[in-house]
Amino acid sequence: MSHEMSDEKLPESHGSEGHEVAVHGDPFADPGLPAHGPRRTDIDERAAKRAERQVSLLFIVSMLATVGFIASYVAIDIDKIVYIFPLGHVSALNFALGMTLGVALFCIGAGAVHWARTLMSDHEIPADRHPIEADDELRADVIEQFQTGAAESGFGRRKMLRNTLIGSMALVPLSGVVLLRDLGPLPEDKLAHTGWELATPAKPLKLINMNTNEPMKPEDIVTGSLTFAKPEGLEEDQEIFQEQIAKDALMIIRIAPEDLKDKTSAELGFEGILAYSKICTHVGCPISLYEQQTHHALCPCHQSTFDLADGARVIFGPAGHPLPQLKITTDEKGFLVATGDFQEPVGPSYWERP
Amino acid sequence: MKKLSARRRHPLAALVVLLLALAATGGLYAAFAPAEKAQADTSAQSLAIEEGKKLFAVGCSSCHGLDGQGSSDGPSLVGVGSAAVDFQVGTGRMPAQQSGAQVPAKRVVYSQAQIDQLAAYVASLGPGPVAPTKEQYTSTDPNDVAKGGELFRTNCAQCHNFAGKGGALTKGKYAPTLENTSPKHIYEAMQTGPQNMPSFPDTTMPEEQKKQIVAWVSHTNDEPNPGGLSLGSLGPVTEGLFGWIFALGSLIVVAIWVAAHTTKAKKS
Ligand code: FES
Repeated sequence: MSHEMSDEKLPESHGSEGHEVAVHGDPFADPGLPAHGPRRTDIDERAAKRAERQVSLLFIVSMLATVGFIASYVAIDIDKIVYIFPLGHVSALNFALGMTLGVALFCIGAGAVHWARTLMSDHEIPADRHPIEADDELRADVIEQFQTGAAESGFGRRKMLRNTLIGSMALVPLSGVVLLRDLGPLPEDKLAHTGWELATPAKPLKLINMNTNEPMKPEDIVTGSLTFAKPEGLEEDQEIFQEQIAKDALMIIRIAPEDLKDKTSAELGFEGILAYSKICTHVGCPISLYEQQTHHALCPCHQSTFDLADGARVIFGPAGHPLPQLKITTDEKGFLVATGDFQEPVGPSYWERP
Repeated sequence: MKKLSARRRHPLAALVVLLLALAATGGLYAAFAPAEKAQADTSAQSLAIEEGKKLFAVGCSSCHGLDGQGSSDGPSLVGVGSAAVDFQVGTGRMPAQQSGAQVPAKRVVYSQAQIDQLAAYVASLGPGPVAPTKEQYTSTDPNDVAKGGELFRTNCAQCHNFAGKGGALTKGKYAPTLENTSPKHIYEAMQTGPQNMPSFPDTTMPEEQKKQIVAWVSHTNDEPNPGGLSLGSLGPVTEGLFGWIFALGSLIVVAIWVAAHTTKAKKS
């Protein structure tokens, strides 16, 4: 091995100071820089010219592609669909725009890389590593400047300046509190109630089918069916709709009474019709992947699984609470109604949640 | 020629004349006695039920019981209606090839005529959803697509994905893609709630809305993909995976190539 190494790669001294053992062909020796070798383009003018032509060719292709981009933008009809082999039926305009822009950008990059590698100066420039710490002189200088600055600012002297500065600094975090107060105790019990709280036994709220916008009767709800409902009075064109439906949404299912495993849950329902909150108790995704044979509802976000036949008990996944269930009954006209709010807050767990 | 004319009176000629006469009488009778027509239809119906019963005994009764009353291997079919039969047998799900978390769609083994007979028999066991007619699932109103899209997102997208490409459920079950499902079968699935799919009966999702959903699904399936390479329309997961593996991967490969490939002229 060692005799193949050129001399300049070998260390200058071989530890002849007396303390170190002189090792012939020290494997850990600093190999130094490899010898500078010329590139073909450095020594062959024809090669250099060729590289130059290649680079310009790439740039010219890029220009053409840009022209093509503009041309296809102008020329191709937005509704034109073409068949292109691995992609299938695609919009001709989209395809042309993407292709031409891609080629234009790629050729600029490729040309630049080719240029740098073949024609730009090729001298290795070693940059030695230095300790990160500044030397003593510089540090002393910085400290002195800081002290001068402090003295000049009069920070110690001008008490009013100092105090107002401290005051303003202390107040800034309040903006964070304002922005993020929803995460803390400030919303009070807003999260604990939903739109169903307007319902009372004296003035019950009808359950409105989200498909038909009509109230429902128990005989409409077939065993094995799934229906989504919202409280009476909440309309999609209201400004509060999105905010409200995020808490009020119900999924209504009907389970044969003999399949119901949880007595309280059965009592909250009406003849096997159960109204559960659609909002996952983990972090609040809407869930309604309901399997009518197993009565499991799955949350697509983190796979929490609830057994709706057993009071929506969590049988898998990160959710910490069963899904809240709304107590439902029928009014004198036979429509399904709620007489009050959910007994627990819907949606994700939070600190004050009982 | 001679032979033919010699035997002009074929031995069976009398029989042919008799049959023709009978047919004519029957035809005249049928034409002049419309009151009896319903009677004839019912007998066609009962014939179909009869045929269906035979098909059922051979193909279905081992799981669903001799009279469709169900057994430990298959649910009762009383009251599931003809729509359920048309869907299950028409998509090849039934007869099931093996029991498991999910019975997949596969090659259809019965002809449509046989399926209709089976459906007629099962429908005779108890009233249930009736297989839809073509008008029920064929939409003519161009606005139906937009309305159907909205209904699809409310009622179906959670399991079948926003583009109807299907998705996973628990324990090996899945919501199948709707790409290759015919409009009739989509309609029937909503009516009957096959396997773990909840049903969407007319009481909570009127016929009209089912038609709109079918219109949207068909539209989505037929629509060309403007961007090409939809990656299964599965959304951010496949797209991200594709981006990380193929796009970033090829960038890394290019970077390595650029750095490793020397431009030095070879000595010698
Ligand atoms: S939000 Fe439902 S499991 Fe996470």
